[in-house]
Amino acid sequence: MRDVAVIGVGLTKFGELWDKSFRQLIAEAGSKAILDANIEGKDIDALYVGSMSSGRFIDQEHIGALVAEVSGFSHLHIPATRIEGACASGGLAVREGYLAIASGMNDIVVVGGIEKMNDVGGGAATDILATASDQEWEAFFGATFPAIYAMIATRHMHDYGTTKEQLAQVAVKNHANGALNPYAQYQSPISLETVLKSTTVAYPLGLMDCSPVSDGAASIILCAADKAKNYTDKPVKIIGSGQASDTLSLHGRRDICTLDATVYAAKMAYKQANLTSKDINFAEVHDCFTIAEICAIEDLGFVKKGEGGKAIDQKITTLDGSLPINTSGGLKAKGHPVGATGVAQIIELTAQLRGEAGKRQIKDAKIGLAHNVGGSGASCVVHIMEAM
Amino acid sequence: MKNGVARFWREIPERYNFMANKCESCDKVFFPPRESCPYCRRKSIGKMKEIKLRGKGEVVTYTIIHVGPEDFEEQTPYPMAIIKLEEGPHVTAQIVDCPLDQVKIGMIVESTFRKIQQDGHTGAIYYGYKFRKSNQNTH
Repeated sequence: MRDVAVIGVGLTKFGELWDKSFRQLIAEAGSKAILDANIEGKDIDALYVGSMSSGRFIDQEHIGALVAEVSGFSHLHIPATRIEGACASGGLAVREGYLAIASGMNDIVVVGGIEKMNDVGGGAATDILATASDQEWEAFFGATFPAIYAMIATRHMHDYGTTKEQLAQVAVKNHANGALNPYAQYQSPISLETVLKSTTVAYPLGLMDCSPVSDGAASIILCAADKAKNYTDKPVKIIGSGQASDTLSLHGRRDICTLDATVYAAKMAYKQANLTSKDINFAEVHDCFTIAEICAIEDLGFVKKGEGGKAIDQKITTLDGSLPINTSGGLKAKGHPVGATGVAQIIELTAQLRGEAGKRQIKDAKIGLAHNVGGSGASCVVHIMEAM
Repeated sequence: MKNGVARFWREIPERYNFMANKCESCDKVFFPPRESCPYCRRKSIGKMKEIKLRGKGEVVTYTIIHVGPEDFEEQTPYPMAIIKLEEGPHVTAQIVDCPLDQVKIGMIVESTFRKIQQDGHTGAIYYGYKFRKSNQNTH
């Protein structure tokens, strides 16, 4: 296995981007990443793109080749593959690119992630997102995606005394961080009262406990670590990559409040990096709902099971806390164009580790972790990164 | 949903009658039924016995859905729960005939056969299980 580094990144603004198409978004992210990495088209060995449901959001499948085409690579005939694992599609695409280089097969790989979610109505977007859950045994009976996470929250509150205020504080924190991120969908702080008073979507979750419907794209350039310095002074190394799966349905799992896929993916990544959860300085975690961030910091081993809510009260996870979580604003404030999310998390880690995170730069950022979940925990991918 | 009808009648034994199966090697019960037991694997081949679940269980967790899928909009707000059935399997289903504020973790419930959804005003009607509070304190 060879070491792999990120040598370039490119991100579009996330949000309701009515004037931008799927094709424009991915081309913008890709060309920014290629310019940032100082590479040319002929240097690229392969392309992977993560997208959850281009077929239902824009009526277009076969987007591996399409992304190569709009990026100007058709005449170079680069292998181009689309990766799908619901909301983890982006993170899985990163891992495929990582494996292609680590294996020795490729030297330079482009990884993209994209979702164009606002070309359908809000109701349709909700139904499409529900395809990440079990269609026959959850969605058929009327369960929505927020409802499934709400059932995790109800049980977490019952077992560990987690409160609605603690859930709301996750949103408050992530909006405070998002306010410092020029790429975020929401760039204004919100109050605890605003979150608590927001319309109930699925009790105990209100609208402000949920990540938004977003358009956006993200792209990174991966390179064999021993060649990275040929292109950039600030390569960032991927030192651990883990992936795990579980049942599609929440009801099929060992424990309602634990995402075992997170536990196993993290274990795999920590082992490869020869680190433990204590060595992580900061993390981007999959906060598709506020309860998801609380479960994530527990399942990644940052705090004990059941103490995620308390960690929020103790301000451990704020920008100036001992373990900043979701410095980008997270899915909640930065936005959640599902296929782009896992790639955008790697971009935030890269920005922090390069010392280029601007107003949200954290001190002494040495080792960061990215955690991307598909569905309610059927897929999980974890990456650990370190500045070279 | 605008789907082929076969997709729905194929699941009728499970959704109407709670047909499950049991691995005669380790006695674990599976719903929906499985081709083989994931724990006993090849030892379970030919030993998966069809059984009918009683449809009785306990609420493990729940939510009240206020913003529903398009096909369920007129039912909102409605409670949705995960139920641990007596025989072992867990299912996701609606709770009915119960005031919203009385749905609780640990509530003993029993299944009831109900209309789940419909393809528009003229399309097929899909039936299946929902759950209601059981009158029995023990089961």
